[in-house]
Amino acid sequence: MAADTGDDHSFGRISRSKDVAFEYLTLAATLVGIVALGILFVYVTRDAVGWLDWQFLTSPPHPDPYEAGFYPALVGSIFLMIVIALVTFPLGVGAAVYLEEYAGDGPVERFVRINIANLAGVPSVVYGLLGLGLFVTLLDIGYGTLLVAGFTVSLLVLPIVIISAREAIRAVPDSRRQASYGMGATKWQTIRNVVLPEALPGIMTGTILALGRAIGETAPLIMIGAPTTVFGVPNSLFSKISAMPMQIYTWASYPDTAFQYGVVAAASVTLLVVLLSINSAAILVRNRYQ
Amino acid sequence: MARNVPDDGKPSRNERIDAAEASGETGGLIETSVTTEDSDEHSTPGRTIIESRGVDVFYDDVQALRGVDMEIPENRVTAMIGPSGCGKSTFLRTINRMNDLVDSARVEGELRFGGTNVYDEGVDPVALRRRIGMVFQSPNPFPKSIYDNAAYGLKVQDKTDDIDDRVERALRDAALWDEVQDRLDESGLELSGGQQQRLCIARAIAVDPDVLLMDEPASALDPVATSKVEDLIADLAEEYTVVIVTHNMQQAARISDKTAVFLTGGELVEFGDTNEIFENPEHDRVEDYITGKFG
Repeated sequence: MAADTGDDHSFGRISRSKDVAFEYLTLAATLVGIVALGILFVYVTRDAVGWLDWQFLTSPPHPDPYEAGFYPALVGSIFLMIVIALVTFPLGVGAAVYLEEYAGDGPVERFVRINIANLAGVPSVVYGLLGLGLFVTLLDIGYGTLLVAGFTVSLLVLPIVIISAREAIRAVPDSRRQASYGMGATKWQTIRNVVLPEALPGIMTGTILALGRAIGETAPLIMIGAPTTVFGVPNSLFSKISAMPMQIYTWASYPDTAFQYGVVAAASVTLLVVLLSINSAAILVRNRYQ
Repeated sequence: MARNVPDDGKPSRNERIDAAEASGETGGLIETSVTTEDSDEHSTPGRTIIESRGVDVFYDDVQALRGVDMEIPENRVTAMIGPSGCGKSTFLRTINRMNDLVDSARVEGELRFGGTNVYDEGVDPVALRRRIGMVFQSPNPFPKSIYDNAAYGLKVQDKTDDIDDRVERALRDAALWDEVQDRLDESGLELSGGQQQRLCIARAIAVDPDVLLMDEPASALDPVATSKVEDLIADLAEEYTVVIVTHNMQQAARISDKTAVFLTGGELVEFGDTNEIFENPEHDRVEDYITGKFG
């Protein structure tokens, strides 16, 4: 009998070496992104020390790196976010409601659905070209204005908003719609009272994350002729604006190393902090309503 | 035709529908829907309220119901039993046109409610569903407060006069008031499964429909909650016409006046008084089914 050979039980043993190897492999894959982000954050924060202060956040740009400030770009980015949110939220939710609740499943609808997903993958520089052709040349709203920048980046993130809003609407259990229709509610009443309230946290999370994508966009702003440096904050929709990534790009090309390291680092940290705050807001919204 | 003239001298609901029909209006449902608030006192128990004539239902090319003929009596409990996939739920959803929401579904034949074929062109399915309430298989309250759940139909149907009283009455009629009266603003999702289903029943009866359709309302509940819902159904039949789908034959035998037995293939094999069906079924297949030889 096998039992009398001590620890060699009759079942035998199965090798786990591949299990262990695979676990470490997947762990490594997980760490690459996080470690890279961590290193970036540490380096850029170290460079920003001594540069990122109240004066930097509240002053306009200046040829002297010690006087230079980020205020117009910071405010420009925030205004840009507001325009983008106002444009993409109603359009995105509207399109998502149509696609999920009204549109049938014909070949045309399927074509539209597939292509919205494709649009989300179009490079941002191409959207910049579209904005230049449509809003600047054709509609003549003016090079590099807040409105043109807002519309152009809105087109860029709109597919993301539509896709996430569709996901959120689809996540509303069909049994709730049935309950509403069973009570003699019309389609509009069902959407208004049942579907949208329940999908709203998901829609808002998606929209906020899309804004996070929008705040880092530089290429479309270059294409529509946004000025590299602006000294004042926008006072109308037709003011020329700068945005944070645009200003960082400009400073990085200055020959003075004080700009290339100190000022750019301070601006990058500011951009990252704003971006991470936006993402945290999205997580808070999601948790709060779950 | 049996007509009862109530004390207040108003014409009964049945007369109004008859009048609408006589004047050639196929939209009788819409015409009368605003005047049904007082209807329940004037109903005629036992009179046919829903009449199915040769109803076929198809999902794309698959036929789910074959030539169903049935008369459902007013203020009685009519049970539909049969094995899974026999079409009993499909028939229930044909009555209030919930099948309209399924793109692939197609209905042929006539389904008369109060004399009007609900599949006539002039009939608005939304108006129809305001008179035929529905309770679903698994409890599906909205993620809203208990009060807002019970008030949902009233708000949607713009019946907001005395809304607090109507909500209270519905919750009392659904035997839920004592359990929830102190926490009406808590979410309906916080309730137990059995309470949720009674909340859904309250939601359905708050708008005072003529008919209550129930699609296996107790199948997701434990035995105690099931017996509460069954007791409730018996009470509801005093005011409403109840049509209930169940896969539980004992339940059908306990609570229903009439029983319809559907067998695989979407055929209504036997329809009659519940006692008759269970004690002396005409068809061998029905007897085999209710004695548990198959299904």
